[in-house]
Amino acid sequence: MTTTAPAVALPPTKPAPKSSTRRADHGEGRLAAVLLSPTFLVLALVIGYPLVSALRESLYRRGEGLDANGFVVSGEHFVGLRNYTDAFTGAGGSRFWNAFGNTTFFTVTSVVLEAAVGLAMALVMHHALRGRALLRAGILVPWAVPTAVSGLLWRWIFDANGIANKLLGQQILWAADGWPAKWAVVIADTWKTAPFIGLLTLAGLQLIPAELHEAARVDGANAWVQFRKITLPLVKPALLVAVLFRLLDVLRMFDLPYLLVGNQKHSVQTLSVLAFNEANNLHYGPAAAYATLLFLYVVIVAYAFVKILGTDLIAEARAKTPARRRRSATRSLAGRGTPA
Amino acid sequence: MTTLTTGRPGRRASATRSGVAVVLRYFGMAVIIVYCLAPFYWMTVSAFRRPSDQFQLSALPRPWSTANFSAVFKPDVGFERALLNSLIVAGITTVITLVIGTVAAYALARLEFRFKNLVAAVIIATSMFPPISIVVPLLKLFTDIKWINTYQAMIVPSLSFALPLAVWYLASFFRQLPAELEQAAMIDGCTRGQAFRKVILPLAAPGVFTTAIITFIAAWNDFIIALSMVNKKDMQTATVAISRFTGAYGFDQPYGTQMAAGVVVTVPLVIAVLTFQRRIVAGLTAGGLK
Amino acid sequence: MSRTRTTWRTSRTAGLAALAATTALVLAGCSSGDANDKASTADSGTDRGPITFAVGKDTSGALQKQVDAWNTAHPSEKVTLDELPASADAQLQQLQQNAQVKSTAFSVLGLDVTWTSEFAANRWIDAMPASTSTSGLLPAAVDSATYRGTLYSVPWQTNGGLLFYRSDLLTAAGVKTPPTTWQEMQADCAKVKALPQAKGASCYAGQFDKYEGLVVNFSEAVQSSGGHVFDTDGNPTVNTPQAKTALAWLAGAFKDGTIPQEELTYQEENGRKAFQSGKAIFMRNWPYVWDLANKTDGSSKVAGKFDVAPLPGLDSTGSSTLGGYNLAVSSFTRHKTTARDFITYLTSDSSERANLLAASTAPTRAALYEDRALQKKFPYLADLKQSLDAAVARPKAVRYGDVSAAVQDAIYPVLSGQAGPDTALASLQTKLTQITSQP
Repeated sequence: MTTTAPAVALPPTKPAPKSSTRRADHGEGRLAAVLLSPTFLVLALVIGYPLVSALRESLYRRGEGLDANGFVVSGEHFVGLRNYTDAFTGAGGSRFWNAFGNTTFFTVTSVVLEAAVGLAMALVMHHALRGRALLRAGILVPWAVPTAVSGLLWRWIFDANGIANKLLGQQILWAADGWPAKWAVVIADTWKTAPFIGLLTLAGLQLIPAELHEAARVDGANAWVQFRKITLPLVKPALLVAVLFRLLDVLRMFDLPYLLVGNQKHSVQTLSVLAFNEANNLHYGPAAAYATLLFLYVVIVAYAFVKILGTDLIAEARAKTPARRRRSATRSLAGRGTPA
Repeated sequence: MTTLTTGRPGRRASATRSGVAVVLRYFGMAVIIVYCLAPFYWMTVSAFRRPSDQFQLSALPRPWSTANFSAVFKPDVGFERALLNSLIVAGITTVITLVIGTVAAYALARLEFRFKNLVAAVIIATSMFPPISIVVPLLKLFTDIKWINTYQAMIVPSLSFALPLAVWYLASFFRQLPAELEQAAMIDGCTRGQAFRKVILPLAAPGVFTTAIITFIAAWNDFIIALSMVNKKDMQTATVAISRFTGAYGFDQPYGTQMAAGVVVTVPLVIAVLTFQRRIVAGLTAGGLK
Repeated sequence: MSRTRTTWRTSRTAGLAALAATTALVLAGCSSGDANDKASTADSGTDRGPITFAVGKDTSGALQKQVDAWNTAHPSEKVTLDELPASADAQLQQLQQNAQVKSTAFSVLGLDVTWTSEFAANRWIDAMPASTSTSGLLPAAVDSATYRGTLYSVPWQTNGGLLFYRSDLLTAAGVKTPPTTWQEMQADCAKVKALPQAKGASCYAGQFDKYEGLVVNFSEAVQSSGGHVFDTDGNPTVNTPQAKTALAWLAGAFKDGTIPQEELTYQEENGRKAFQSGKAIFMRNWPYVWDLANKTDGSSKVAGKFDVAPLPGLDSTGSSTLGGYNLAVSSFTRHKTTARDFITYLTSDSSERANLLAASTAPTRAALYEDRALQKKFPYLADLKQSLDAAVARPKAVRYGDVSAAVQDAIYPVLSGQAGPDTALASLQTKLTQITSQP
């Protein structure tokens, strides 16, 4: 094995055509079907069925009027896409766009912060000389605290007369409807979930053979170069998957705005909170429409994420020989094309 | 690429640099510990105050009290039973997820088949649906098949968020390992299954274990499913039990008791993870070719 | 294109969460809607057996004792207590979910006073038989249990707002009686604040966070200035001079510091915290504060130094909004006769007395407020009764959640100084009319 360290940088390239692929394809396909079927069976039941239900529900309305005796008129009626058009333009239009904006804001700020903090955590843990177990225990704590309890904890920390204001020496109304409330949610969310990214990234780091760094050091690469050229590319798949899942999670954020600030506060109302409120007020059709729109939004964001950043995420089997790897690494160093 | 590595002046005084590095590392560790534990510290301190002192802001409880912990374990709360239920639900969810997820992840990471991208996309897309919209249809279904107040009514929906996550992580970890190792094992006469079990799985042990932790904690933290699918007290999970804490009077929020419950739920979990970590990683690694 | 379907078909064809109406009930709804007859004839006294009782947590254990006593006396009609989460939102959600799937899990439901209309209109609960006696119950509480003239639940626990005030400070400032009007209260504040021992204290604490408590506090202000959020026919009346006066007072109080800005984040417990640490001279809160603020273990700085009075108003004593819980029988349960008997048992004089003694829950039986022994133990009972007598139930809207959200959306920006009272109330009137009018 050669010792030109940076050369092993992970290439986000398509798998090289394998001569055996064509022949093996049929058998592997059948095996893949067998191996994947339990997963799909479970997902069809717990996601597919509710998803279809919600899609149908979103085209109907019910329980809108009262009859002469004050009873809710039973039955439902088909309204086509009215629940959707109302979400965009009707009375609920401003609410929807506000929730959409909040959802986007939380997603961008929280995920960026969490990725940065999480990566830093992973690096520190990886390089910890002693006490890695202790560190790992510490890092697990925020995440093991049940969300409901952490929401409550932060609620009191951010109380007008709470410890946060005391430490800051300020009188910030974190829980009032406004920007501080947004930041309270971001802070609490980052605290709770940065460890998640940290742990996954650490697992990725641990899979990097130590020889690579040794070799790089022999070559005279300093820490920053090692990080940029070895660590980051090799840990990228794990980090990106972690970020992707955080992205999906934050887009559907519900608990923290709800528990920490309050579900009626427009400044933290997310699409999930909106859907929840609608369902709680028995507007099942609009609630299902919001949920479906949120679902579509998540799908689009995830698709874009994978397309832009994560070509290595899905099916890029890294069945490459070291020689190929090195070659493609050189290419990626030269000017990273965007392999589709 | 050599230009890149030599782009910066290579070596400085290496002794001072490593000294600085050590200090930096410890500093980094300290920052992380403080960052992670400061809010938890506040939680613990709040738990050890007297219930009537819950608004105190002193750094240490004055006076100390275990009243909140006694409240958590009051017999009528049934918190021990709730912890056990949480353990069962999260544990079984984790095991099922890992078993089903590992084989699926292997297929995604190592096999060549048509529609692979689509399959991977569909799996991840399933974890994009808002959880609050899953509950009502499933509640209806489980009511019809008489699953209400059963463990499976909590475990099966928990798979909805645990499984896609696990499949993707495991696949990403498996992919990170060079395929040559496996191919070599297969040339040595191992079947594909054996090669996977004896080569890939042990090498991916840190990843598998991390996935297990993540799945377990995700299932452990679930609230909305456990709340909806169960209405018998002896089947409720810890998070649901916590939501049922109330103060002595209607509006009186038992903040201290809830914090105590949070401590009770969190600390054993962390200890268990640390204990199992060695065992499981050792178990997975044993017999490997590493 | 629009077509109507019965729920029965819906649930079969698409497996959807069903809305709450069986075909049988649809038919019943087409007849004159007299649910009383249906309820009493359908069961004819034989519908007995084990039942469940779904209610927020039993805070004192008193309820479990009562259930145990019932179970001993009725071995073949045992009651199981199914505790719901502590938060009202989570309780409502769980009850709604179970109703949507027509679950038989819950028999007797503990409903917040604001939910009765929604549950009744959706036919999730049965009307009480016409024979149900409401004599001796507080009229406002009975009103909250009634939907369109039919009794759908029985008042079980009630609650009314009280003005907590620092009697020590008022006395020191030479004020002999607690204020009955807002103006008096502000004048008293000025006097008290001049005292050295009241340094840094603020005048008034209420519940002004953006949540249901804001609706309560706003309604009280409107009622206390002679208006109503809804008239007796259920039509919104917020675009009135009285409502404007009330909201202008609240907004002015926030502006001039009578109510500090931080109260925009205050719920019940924040107010109690401020009051207990001596930071507020006056506070609007529920009676539960009495015991906690009187604790002598050092947690409360005001133990023995405060008293209660009815809420102040614009010209004279104000009016409280009613809180509390009503008991109803789920439409989907079996053993409805047992369920109704159990409700009668829980709302009896002796059960409510036991609840008051064990958990300080305000009873719905008027006679208990006159009881000397109880008055001695709970010195605030007389004031509470006065508050409850003047109390008004919250609007009986089928879509109460929408009503509450609309009120919060309109009022909160006014309090935080981002909107004017007049325009806010005008648009609130439009919105409430929209929500409550039937298409």
